[in-house]
Order: sequence, then structure tokens, then C-alpha cells
Amino acid sequence: MRTTKQKLSGADIFFECLRQEKVEYVFGYPGGAVLKIYEKLYDVKHLKHILVRHEQGAAHMAEGYAKATGKVGVVLVTSGPGATNTVTGIADAYMDSVPIVVFTGQVATHLIGNDAFQEADIVGITRPITKHNFLVRDVNELASTIKKAFFIASTGRPGPVLVDLPKDVVNSVCEFDYPEKVEMRGYKPTFLGHQNQIKKAAEVIKNAKRPLLYVGGGVIMANGERELRLFAMQNKLPVTMTLQGLGAFPGNDPQSLGMLGMHGTYWANQAVNNCDVLVSLGARFDDRVTGKVDTFATKAYKVHVDIDPTCIDKNVIVDLPIVGDVKHVLAELATEITEPLQLDEWWDQIEAWREECPLHYEKDDGKLRSEYIIEKISEKTKGEAVVVTDVGQHQMWTAQYYKFNHPRSHITSGGLGTMGFGLPAAIGAAFGVKDRPVICISGDGGFQMNIQELATAVFNKLPIKIFIINNSFLGMVRQWQELFHAEKYSFTDLSESNPNFVKIAEGFRMKAMSVNSPTEVDYILDEALAYNDGPVLVEFKVVKEDMVFPIIPAGKSVNEMMTKRLDPKEMV
Amino acid sequence: MKHTISVLVENQFGAFNRVATMFSGKGFNIHSISIGETENSEVSRMTIVTEGEDKIMEQVVKQLNRLIDTIKVIDLTGQTRVERELALITVFYQKGTRAEVISVCDIFRGNVVDINTKTITLEITGPPDKIDAVVNVLEPYGIKEMARSGTVALKRGEQIKYEKNPVTQ
Repeated sequence: MRTTKQKLSGADIFFECLRQEKVEYVFGYPGGAVLKIYEKLYDVKHLKHILVRHEQGAAHMAEGYAKATGKVGVVLVTSGPGATNTVTGIADAYMDSVPIVVFTGQVATHLIGNDAFQEADIVGITRPITKHNFLVRDVNELASTIKKAFFIASTGRPGPVLVDLPKDVVNSVCEFDYPEKVEMRGYKPTFLGHQNQIKKAAEVIKNAKRPLLYVGGGVIMANGERELRLFAMQNKLPVTMTLQGLGAFPGNDPQSLGMLGMHGTYWANQAVNNCDVLVSLGARFDDRVTGKVDTFATKAYKVHVDIDPTCIDKNVIVDLPIVGDVKHVLAELATEITEPLQLDEWWDQIEAWREECPLHYEKDDGKLRSEYIIEKISEKTKGEAVVVTDVGQHQMWTAQYYKFNHPRSHITSGGLGTMGFGLPAAIGAAFGVKDRPVICISGDGGFQMNIQELATAVFNKLPIKIFIINNSFLGMVRQWQELFHAEKYSFTDLSESNPNFVKIAEGFRMKAMSVNSPTEVDYILDEALAYNDGPVLVEFKVVKEDMVFPIIPAGKSVNEMMTKRLDPKEMV
Repeated sequence: MKHTISVLVENQFGAFNRVATMFSGKGFNIHSISIGETENSEVSRMTIVTEGEDKIMEQVVKQLNRLIDTIKVIDLTGQTRVERELALITVFYQKGTRAEVISVCDIFRGNVVDINTKTITLEITGPPDKIDAVVNVLEPYGIKEMARSGTVALKRGEQIKYEKNPVTQ
């Protein structure tokens, strides 16, 4: 143990702080303003630096790592372009409440504002997309600032924090003393829900005839999955999950109704529409969930548990708000309700909906379809894999057809919908998770947005399975063009310009395969899943013009759900 | 409805900007915003006059509270409070209207702070509606320039009924 009150340089202090925060990995890229830090890094043993190929990749890797492990993801980049390249990743982390700390180099303090080489006001740029950010102007404040950054990122509603490090601050020397804890009078994340509110909620649930749990990513962030399972199973409550909530409750369990919202299941959305008590747990009534707000769950008494007070009454006015840690609230609720609820009628109704309109796709025409591939992946991995997706149709199909058994297993860009998220996030997840397969499911469009990170995966011999669902289209946009934009397929056809993905992968010196027919899926998946000598890429050439169903068009209500492509004959 | 919100923030680099960025990012209105030190030099007080439906105002207060640099948010609307604004108004005068302008200033208990051969500058302090009234009266003379400080406000102290002190009596 180092004695306190040592004289250290800013760069040394930086690594000493990371050591104290037990940081295992830093995703980064060197450059002028952080050269001193990289000089020290050369001899650092207590953490591993992962060299990325583009700073956006670093930010998404930190997110993937954080989402998979629950720990804080750390990014280190240089000033100017290095910093601005992380912006999309930071915005993504902000929307999905992912704890990451981004360290950016900055020009020396006396040059700030001078349009110096590689200068950008990254603190100004990222103010609206960070939970908080800091410009460290004095080396004496460095240690306490880093402590605050990790504390803010990981507590309350988590989120990204950026720390800007001017070159001269990193070079100066001061006495080092890492504070045990930090006090910020403006930041006191509330932890426990109000007792009376919880009691009231329990009363309401006890008397419910048609209750429904609407579970979001907050349950996973709060590590509340055990409490959720206990509470739901004790009372046989139906559970529907948001995109970020998938995995909080086992997808194979009959009590799971799957995902709700725009591409949610018919029965989950009918349940929302008809429930008499809706208990929202760590979810934020996003527009992709509610559709038209005026028609959302109109028959329900709404209970909303969230750690962030701003989420309450933001989109939907609720009847009973509980601000607090959802894990704790769930535990309290479970003890408050002692008599099992009588929900047979409600379950009969839900099962009827489930049978009325199941998830389905064409299986008999011998064509290769995304749904089939994802169903197979789910089957072969028994819902035990960590599945990271990009954004688009394949993302929704994964949410519908992969049955997640565990929390922190479904990693996807939800709020921001960032194409290019999948591959780097899978790399980050693979650093954090060693005991389960990490699968990246991407589309042909999004995959090309951070394709350079294949080098990072290959260099680090990460056994990621990269499955590209290639329909030669920006499929989700194409779907909207077909449904809502007069079938003008404006700039969504990639068939003429897509690269040969197998050759690209081989160029990065990795194993790659291509699949054309459903009959090949089984053995190719087996081969890919068994391959652990580095990453493997499989391109699935699927039907070009499939659409994701069901879909509730944006801003519409559940009653306007479309469950299949309209037959041209019916349209006449 | 207009709301006057008093916000105590850490007196440090960027705190004002965070509030302003949040207002523009969330699409909230700002009528006026003023900031200055408080009795504690580490703390600044911002007084924000904003307008919107109740639901929006609730979000404004919550979003302000959510900022890490925010120490306390008080919505003064509906509370007994003292509200003041300062305006400096430069008005044209002609022969014969100078005395009129000065008398308007007197009526509103303002001060004349500058004068030259064509214009006269008045300092007016008061609640924002009083400033509006002065502006309205002075407009016909021709206002050359005006600077308004934005509202500053404090909650009134609790009114404690005077009781004769039994000890000193």
C-alpha cells in the first residue's frame, strides 16, 4: 500500500486513481495531448489497455463492458478529434444510462480558447450528453475529480462522465491523496423508496384483477433480477419487458410475455392495453413503448418505480410514483404481499391472446430467414449467451426470438439507436465475460459503421461470434419506406455496394463463412460456436425484403398494430 | 403560467452554462435569468423566470435538481416573495419635455443617472411589472436604449408577531 502524501505527477496520479477504482481495462487510442499518460502506461501492470481502431469504438467497447459486467467502463483518448470521435458513444451511454468514464486529453490550460492544434471544447460539446463532466484545471484537483467521476457514473441512475485533462495538468506534480469518499452537496442519489408509497402500491396490487409488471433496464442496473423473479413468481404476475429489460426475467418462463411496444408481442401489448394495474419497474415510458400516449394503458392504475425523479410524469402521468432503488422496492413489495393473487381469469385471457396471434414467419418456402437463424442461435446457446446487437431489423428479431435467461445478456443500443454499436460493444463485453459465449448479431449496414474494430477483436484473440444478417438493405428503413413512405426505396439498397464480408474478414486474418440456405444453418452455427481461437464471422444471406412484425406504427395505438404484410389482394 | 424559480448552484466554472444548456436542450422557455454570488462565496443564486404548463414546470424543477452542481431549487411561485428588477433606460428629450421625463422618473421613485444634450438616462428598480409600466410611459418620448437585469427574488422572511420581551420590560 502506498503511503498517502506522496509527490506524484498528474499522469502517475491518473493511473493510481484507476488502480484504486479497480479498473481492469482501458479502451483507448494515443495522441499528442495524452502522450505523457501513454508514456506512464508503458510500465503500468495493474490494468490492460486495449488499443482500438477508432475512438467511437472505444466508447462502445466501454459500454459493452459496463453493460455486461455492471462495472464502470473506461475510455482514454486524445484531445480534439480523439475526443469528438467519442461523442456518439457518450450520447448512446447517456440515453441508455450506461456507467462509463471518458478521459480526454486537452491542450495545455494556457492554450485553451486559442484554437490550438487539436483543441476542441469537449466539455462544452458533451454537456448535454453526459451525466456530468469536468475540466481539471489544477493537478491538486485531479484525484478528487476522478473519484467524483467514478462515483457519479456508477450511482443513482448511471451515466457517462467525461474528464478533460489538459496536458500541463498531467505533467505537473503534487502530493497524492486519494479520498476514501467524496461529498457533493448537490448530488445525493436517493436509494430507498418511500415506505408509505410502497405499502400503497402493495395494497393496489393485492386488489388487482389484471395486474402487469412492465420491466425496464433499471431492474438490471439495480441488480434486482432475483427480487423481481421472487416477487413475480410468488404472485404469478405476468411480466413484460422493454428492449433494455430483456433478461431481467427468464424469457422461457411462461410468466414472461416477451417485449412490449412497437415491435413487441401481440399478447404483451394487449395485456398493457387491458390491465387494471400497471407496475412500471425501472422503465421510462419511452415513445417506442407507449406509442400514442393518450391510448396507452388507459384502463390501468399506474405505479411507477424509478430512481430518477425526472422520469416520473414525464411522458405518462402516473397514479403512484415511487422514487427509489427498484431492487429494494421489489424486495419490500414481495414481503408486503403475503396472500397469493387470484389471477386465473387474467391468465386465461393472456393465453388466449398468445394463441390468437403468435410470432410467426414463413418456414416452408426454403428461403433463409433472419427469424429462423436467431431462433436457432437461441436454441443452440440455450439462452445462455451474451448477445450484442446492432440497430435495425436484426435487433428487433433478436429481441423477439432470442430467449434470454439472464440479465446483462442482451446488450443493445436502445435509446439512441446507434448503428455501428454492435461490434465494438461485443468486443467490450467479451473482455468482461469469459465464461459464456459472446455473440454479435449485426446487419450489413451497421456492421460497416465500425468494421475497423475487427482488428481489435483479432489482435486480442477474442472468441466472439459475429453473425451478419445480410439482406443487402438498410432493412428497417426499407420497411418504413414500404409501409409509410410510398415504397420509395430511397438510398436503402446496398446490394450493389456491399463488400464481400468473408474476404473482408479474411483480410483481417480471421475465420469467416457465408450461408445461403436454411439447411446450412445448423452445422455452420455449430462450427462457429465451437470455434474459440479468436473471432469468427458468419454472413447469412437472407431474404431481402422481409419485415419485422408485429409493428405498431409510430405514434399509433395498440389497436392499430399490423401483424403481417398486407396481401396485395386485400389492399384492393 | 409564469414561474419564478430560485436555484442555488455551486459557484464554479460551467454551472451557469449547464443550466442554460439544459433549458435549451429540453425546449423550456426562459423569460429572464440572472446570476450572482450569495452570502456564501462558494454558492451562486440563479433566478429564473420561466413559463409553461404545470407538467412542464414540474419537469423544469426536477431537471434543475438533477444537475450535479445544483444545491437547491425553490419554486417561489405562489409563495410570498420579494421580486426586483433593475432597468437602465436612456430616453430622448426635447426642449420642454425634460422636466416631464424627470417627473415620470420621480413618480416611479427612480434616479436620473446620466444626462446630455439629447438624452437622459434613468435608473428604475422594482418588480418587473413596474418596469413594464415605466417603459410604457416613456415610449412616446423615444427610448434610445434599455438594459434590464432580469428578476432577482427572495422568499420573504416568516412574519413573527411582535411580542413584548418580558425580560427587558
